[in-house]
Amino acid sequence: MAEKIKLEVVTPERLVLSELVDEVVVPGLGGELGILPNHTALISQLKTGILTYRTGTEKRLMHVSGGFAEVLPDQVSVMSDVAERSEEIDLDRAQRALERAEKRIAQNGGDFDFDRAELKLQRAMIRIQLAAKGQG
Amino acid sequence: MPNLQDLRRRVRAVKNMRQITKAMKMVSAARLRRAQERVTAARPYTNKMMQILGNAARRAPEYTDPLLSGHHRETETESILLVVVTADKGLCGGFNTNLTKAAQDFLRKNDHNRVELVMIGRKGFDFFRRRAAAIRREHLNITGSGKVKNEDVIKITGQLIADFMSEDKPVDTIYLLYNEFKSALSQRPVVERLLPIGRIDDGATEPAESGDYLYEQPPSEIYGQLLPKLVENQIYHALLESVASELGARMTAMESASKNATEVIDRLTLNMNRVRQAAITREIIEVVSGAEAQ
Repeated sequence: MAEKIKLEVVTPERLVLSELVDEVVVPGLGGELGILPNHTALISQLKTGILTYRTGTEKRLMHVSGGFAEVLPDQVSVMSDVAERSEEIDLDRAQRALERAEKRIAQNGGDFDFDRAELKLQRAMIRIQLAAKGQG
Repeated sequence: MPNLQDLRRRVRAVKNMRQITKAMKMVSAARLRRAQERVTAARPYTNKMMQILGNAARRAPEYTDPLLSGHHRETETESILLVVVTADKGLCGGFNTNLTKAAQDFLRKNDHNRVELVMIGRKGFDFFRRRAAAIRREHLNITGSGKVKNEDVIKITGQLIADFMSEDKPVDTIYLLYNEFKSALSQRPVVERLLPIGRIDDGATEPAESGDYLYEQPPSEIYGQLLPKLVENQIYHALLESVASELGARMTAMESASKNATEVIDRLTLNMNRVRQAAITREIIEVVSGAEAQ
């Protein structure tokens, strides 16, 4: 019986995280999924959001955007387009990105890439949230 | 006979050049190592994706997607997009020339079809722009810094898929041409089919031992979501390989340039010494014959 979960977060660029943890909460497309050891095998799409993982009593946060999570009894693999730990986030940059995205959405009419701007907006918001939590 | 001053100047010039080529060689070597690390770093993602994709494919064998099987149109001329990945910079030996040659070969072989080009990298773009080829789009300075940004990859892939799926002018096949990294010394242009993807084959034909997943979303949906990612991954991989090849090619080119410079310096120095010696001899003769004449 597995008592810990091996959490692996990969992006196309790199392996972001590989750690033994006690609990993982992933932002599934249909809502948050809390995963403890010995979870049923499961695959879910992810949305832009916060991934939380706990080792002992220490809780850590991470920003993920899009992709999939594969859950096995002793392992959680997350493959995402973007993944950053809270301490890696540049708050200033996120804030600027937020303003830019808001402006673009406010200004532009039909013919620009709304989805992209929206996604950028979401990412920026999550990043700011995370950075605030991480530092507060 | 060239005079001493000119020879000295030339030696100095060549020495400066050698310094530059040497520095470029060192820089390329260091970057090459990092580029290779990046290729390795991308592997876990690819493996994971192929695994999930293979699983989903087995669970939803009836799922069809034009990205997988193509459009099945009855036409005589195929509409083809060729994505050519070249470098943004020169000074890397035959790296870009080999690619443009391969691209021209491809065009010649497909002259009964309608081929348009999508250029990634400035060098290839400049080459084909001057030759009035049909360039649909170009992406410049993507690999300039030796890094490949996922954002860029997503954008390029999105546009290619949009081309492929377009209602009024769909593209039948998309090929990818890039330099494959064999070793630091050798790169080879390869042509890969990007779309349609064809059958997914992850090697493991038996259902994985963890075969029965609980699917939060239907397998077919996950399958469909993963397909663009697969294309993205292929492009990302090609870009990484191309960057590594470019750096390898530049390293080799700069290495031989430095060697050539050394040879030139040796030859010039020899020449210079000869000229100097001749001048001295001449002066002695003048002095001696002057003394004799008295």
